[in-house]
Amino acid sequence: MDEVLTGTTLIACEYDGGVVVGTDSRTSGGSFIASRVTDKITPVTEHMSILRSGSAADTQAITDIAKYYIETYTVMEGEPVSIYRACNIMRKFLFNYRDQLSASIIVTGYDEKLKGQIYAIPLGGYSTRQHFTASGSGSTFVNGYLDSQWKPDMTFEQVKQLVLSAVYLATFRDGSSGGVIRLAIIDKDGTRRELYRPDANFPQIVADPPAYSPLPPHLKGQAN
Amino acid sequence: MSSIGTGYDLAASTFSPDGRIFQVEYAQKAVDSSGTVIALRSKHGVVTAVEKSVSSPLYEANANPRVEKVNEYIGCTSAGIYSDCCALLDYADGEALKYLKENREPISVKKLAESLAEFVHIFTLGIHRPWGGSLFFSSWDKTKGSKIYLVEPSGLCYEYEAWAVGKHRQAAKTEIEKLKAHDLEPAKRLENLELNQLINEAARILVTVRDESKEKNLCIEMSWVGDVTDGKFEPVPTSLVKEAEVLAQKMLEEEDAED
Repeated sequence: MDEVLTGTTLIACEYDGGVVVGTDSRTSGGSFIASRVTDKITPVTEHMSILRSGSAADTQAITDIAKYYIETYTVMEGEPVSIYRACNIMRKFLFNYRDQLSASIIVTGYDEKLKGQIYAIPLGGYSTRQHFTASGSGSTFVNGYLDSQWKPDMTFEQVKQLVLSAVYLATFRDGSSGGVIRLAIIDKDGTRRELYRPDANFPQIVADPPAYSPLPPHLKGQAN
Repeated sequence: MSSIGTGYDLAASTFSPDGRIFQVEYAQKAVDSSGTVIALRSKHGVVTAVEKSVSSPLYEANANPRVEKVNEYIGCTSAGIYSDCCALLDYADGEALKYLKENREPISVKKLAESLAEFVHIFTLGIHRPWGGSLFFSSWDKTKGSKIYLVEPSGLCYEYEAWAVGKHRQAAKTEIEKLKAHDLEPAKRLENLELNQLINEAARILVTVRDESKEKNLCIEMSWVGDVTDGKFEPVPTSLVKEAEVLAQKMLEEEDAED
């Protein structure tokens, strides 16, 4: 499968009591940034959000359809739809229309039965539950970082810092990811959103080294 | 309670002047005249029991079972016209499989019962004759506890703590209510009984309400699902049923002797 995941960084991580998810906010068409403040965390219910990467049109359409199904089932059956079942609803569409779609999504949420859950559904429509996951073009730059930093039984603060720093590091290197960092925390009380701006509260974790002069050493002094 | 609706009872598509659908009521009568079926639930699980009359000694043991599992965790106990019950059970099996394939997890007993009830109800609209069977659906799991649902020929579906249908349902319900008496000590109350105790109680109730003079060659078939079976629906082994029946007979004789 040689499809390109268009510009996005999506990070999600479980903790005891819920999930923390983080995304960038850049939607790009080639080198044109169509939106620098996109919200890629789509709420489906108070306790479930879907992170979207790939074709923005495809993911929006599928998420709308899945949300409709979930709401209908909730009303007809008189009880909330489990995150697992919601994941399977998404997966059905993403698999059956895999040839026409370019969508890679992460279903995240909290329910009483299984607590915090993250289900990654990459291209092709395979779903898998994970403790932490990354998706989108920016994810390739931070897979190693996440693998080395994640430990079982992390506290909420640790997980939040992990997700925040992972999104930041991805946007630092991936040209297709950028803008602000959006965080969402889903627990038994619902969903809380947080915003991190480059001019305000961005994580300060890269000791950005100063650039060497582009001139050859024997001409070093003649720049400016 | 017994009445005929001459002229208004030829099809389920016709109401009577006093607002009844006689065909559905007649279907209910088919259930009411079949062998007694009781279902009892406690916090440890659910036990159902059927009184069958074995019409010939040429039958194999437990031919035409009235107790069948729908999936590993949900079982069905039926009353009424046997072939109707089998057909309804087939439909329930299909619904459970469809749900499993669609959602990758087993259907809950509530959804299964409600889905079958919707199906049964369609037949009360006059397209077909109504179904002449009532089905109990029972299950138990650690978080949700015990569940009993009954689907009737009218398409009604209710959840019960305990219930009885069939020939001796009134007497059976009276016996069951004794297990919920306010002055009964907690260990003997229906909701606290262990599965093995439920089996004995179910057998006792069936043996008590049966009419020895009119019914010959009666045999009891039981099912259980609960903590002892680890949430799996199973027919109760014949040996346990026989033991319970013998115990019940003894208790009945002792009672008679005391009188």
